[in-house]
Amino acid sequence: MATAEKKYKVIGTRPIRHDGVDKVTGRAKYGADLHLTGMLYGAILRSPHAHARIKSIDTSKAEALPGVRAVVTNADLPQIGSKIADLGEGMFNLQHISRIALACEKVTYKGHAVAAVAADNIHIAQEATALIEVDYEPLPHVMDVREAMRDDAPILHEDVRTEAFASATDEPGDQPTNIAKHFFHEKGNIEEGFSAAHLVLEREFTTATVHQGYIEPHNATALWNPDGQITVWTSTQGTFVVREQLSGLLQEPISKIKVVPMEIGGGFGGKIVAYLPPVAAILSKKSGRPVQLVMDRTEVLEATGPTPGSYMKVKIGVDSEGLITAADAYIAFEAGGFPGSPIPAASMTVFACYEIPNGRVNGYDVCVNKPATKAYRAPGATQAAFAVESVLDEIAEQLNIDPLELRLKNAAVEGTRRVDGVEFARIGMRETVEAIQQSDHWKSEIGDGARHIEGPAHYDDGNKRCGRGFAAGFWFNAGLKSAVTATVRTDGTVALLEGSTDIGGSRAGIAMQLAETLGITAEEVTPTVVDTDSIGYTDVTGGSRVTFATGWAAYEAALDIQRQMVKRAALIWDCNADDVCYEDGRIVGPADKSFTFGELAAQVHKTGEPIIGRGSSDHNTPGGAFAAHIVDVQVDLETGKVEILRFTAAQDVGTAIHPAYVEGQIQGAAVQGIGWALNEEYFFDDAGEMRNATFLDYRIPTCYDVPMIETILVEVPNPGHPYGVRGVGEVPIVPPPAAIANAIYAATGVRMPNLPISPPNLLHALLENK
Amino acid sequence: MSSKRIVTCNINGRPEEFLCQSRQTLLEVLRDVLDMTGTKEGCSNGNCGACTVQFNGRPVDSCLVLAVEANGAEIETIESVAPAEGLDALQNAFLEEAALQCGICTPGFIIQARALLNENPNPTEEEIRFYLAGNLCRCTGYDKIVRAVQAAAQSRMASATT
Repeated sequence: MATAEKKYKVIGTRPIRHDGVDKVTGRAKYGADLHLTGMLYGAILRSPHAHARIKSIDTSKAEALPGVRAVVTNADLPQIGSKIADLGEGMFNLQHISRIALACEKVTYKGHAVAAVAADNIHIAQEATALIEVDYEPLPHVMDVREAMRDDAPILHEDVRTEAFASATDEPGDQPTNIAKHFFHEKGNIEEGFSAAHLVLEREFTTATVHQGYIEPHNATALWNPDGQITVWTSTQGTFVVREQLSGLLQEPISKIKVVPMEIGGGFGGKIVAYLPPVAAILSKKSGRPVQLVMDRTEVLEATGPTPGSYMKVKIGVDSEGLITAADAYIAFEAGGFPGSPIPAASMTVFACYEIPNGRVNGYDVCVNKPATKAYRAPGATQAAFAVESVLDEIAEQLNIDPLELRLKNAAVEGTRRVDGVEFARIGMRETVEAIQQSDHWKSEIGDGARHIEGPAHYDDGNKRCGRGFAAGFWFNAGLKSAVTATVRTDGTVALLEGSTDIGGSRAGIAMQLAETLGITAEEVTPTVVDTDSIGYTDVTGGSRVTFATGWAAYEAALDIQRQMVKRAALIWDCNADDVCYEDGRIVGPADKSFTFGELAAQVHKTGEPIIGRGSSDHNTPGGAFAAHIVDVQVDLETGKVEILRFTAAQDVGTAIHPAYVEGQIQGAAVQGIGWALNEEYFFDDAGEMRNATFLDYRIPTCYDVPMIETILVEVPNPGHPYGVRGVGEVPIVPPPAAIANAIYAATGVRMPNLPISPPNLLHALLENK
Repeated sequence: MSSKRIVTCNINGRPEEFLCQSRQTLLEVLRDVLDMTGTKEGCSNGNCGACTVQFNGRPVDSCLVLAVEANGAEIETIESVAPAEGLDALQNAFLEEAALQCGICTPGFIIQARALLNENPNPTEEEIRFYLAGNLCRCTGYDKIVRAVQAAAQSRMASATT
């Protein structure tokens, strides 16, 4: 199964990552580890209301506090109009980002930033924020997507009219609405499809707001020099998109802005929007000193971009053999305090795993008084898959078809056209489901090899029930732009500079592709992530794109080095360059002459100019990714607690460059999916305040909550990449909530259409079904 | 604002003296006063374990310790774990098992895991998971962290018997 077509020397091995020693010794510098001479510390005043008009802000008392050096509000930012910017993980309205950074005229969620202070230390800054007097006019708030869609709902933004996307034809109304966007996709004839069906099931689902939960809070340090040069040090998924946002928000040319990447402590889509950099920049401008802002955990939960809560209705028709005849989805996402939920991706991925002859999708982006949502790992796909995979599980049961067979019968293959119109190239949906079918896990009894359980004898002891569930998932992956440069050093090594911030070991995966191409070892490449002045434009670390796209740029840089080394060898040998070739890490010329890479590198400076390879990429062939997961659970009927006994994730990973980090992506995503399924949710009180804004109460999985996560790497090389790379990072979060809900049904006979399936929610359902 | 107090303690085997306000945490002093930024801040209320240090022989969340409480204490941070040359067995195991992705939680996990192995040189998977449950990691799903601790336990025992 897991055989790549080519044999590689470096690709597929597991070298120690280049930044590893720094990270296990505490020497790696994350954003909050930076201490600059004369640096001030900042704090942000945040809205206590979920929805209110700001009548006035009086900062005079804060400014008078000794130790305070600057106080800013939105009035200190240039007032910009609506302007759409493409930030890689989606389109963003810069005016919204400006108003998220510091509220203008009104606040649309509790925790919305209103003003900021820079002071000699963090304690003075925090004291000063308490002295800022804001006169609010509280407004009625709306927290639920279906309520927000009603005509009589409180309106968040007076200027919002429903915009039509894809095949939608809505005309902008004359009244303001919370429904910012409507996406519509259609294929075939939906009515005919359903009337031809033997069985039609329609079910409703909801999911709660959940957060990416990266351990490192957001941070930014800025210095606005008197010469107008702005430098920002920050932990971000994309230095260049921070630069783009700063340029738009501060109305300064990009040439005046340098963004320096600090190490980043997790992001998962949530560290793309520049919440803090513009605020730190204007505090620095006003104070004349470098200013550092670091969020605390409550700020991260209340005021950054979680993934939306949702309401979904999915209807699927099948013939008596289980072949899908029609599928219809209605998906409404809670965008939060500003438009911009991942509804486009949800609308495109919802049925992507399957051949749908007749399909229809309606997707809605709806403002509610919650934090403005942003990308979270395969944004939008997890919610949609929860609905579709739950319905398919029920169909399999009603038709008495094995759930894996049902998926295989309907699996999307090369040439399948999705409901949103895109036709698939070579994909591995079928192979991924088959990998689960052939897995030890699928062939074993529930409880075998499981954690906390000695063996099948404890399968069902009266108060506890076990079950197994399956689900599949799809994510597009992205290509986008990347750049690298690579300098040959005379000791036979290469210094590789890149612009992709390394969020999970990608320095190694990129260096390995350069090493493979040059025929040297991974250790002979030294990768460094550099600032926006030191490398070509590079899009965000997101969309599962870095190993694909920045790896491709590294491959191009290596080819560039090959060409230059061939020419140099020809010069040394005094022969025609056409008679020299680069083969297997050697430069080979006429009459059996040859150099190893190291031998020629040693002669570079004696024979001519330095050899520097450049590579860039912008390829739209990332290849779709498919995941298939099975999970065994044990449900405690007395408490509603669900224990994960065993979990296996199969995935079409293209070529696994560094298999250990591929496995790690899958394992990490699976556990995030487990948290989403079983525990994680924002609890809001009647006033619209989040009541669990700490890691104690917003409980992400601990290592005691989960078993080992078994991985099966299905390597279907992507024809759209020189080494067959497919993105791997996002799709493994997509199946877990559905797989777990299906397992809970298998264990208890109770369908759970609402996430999370937390102990109280499940216990309630179990008691109702008694 | 209260005046500063002098605190005398031992950090990583060296006597240290620092000035701090009574409202400053040990974490804040380590990072912002002593510039020992290997100890990380993830939640500032004792729920994530990123700031774990060894305090008088026990692993504690340094965000929940006031700096003035450190007077007379023996403190060890991530900066002390590696020997003068090379790395500690746990650090090597974390690298070889790919037990980190973003790495922000890694210092806390290494301090906590070292305390575990000092108490219990050959823990079961269950014991490892229980002991490390106060340290949150959002990237790895914990699989490779648990395996790294298992591998470090084996290599520590092997080097103890040779």
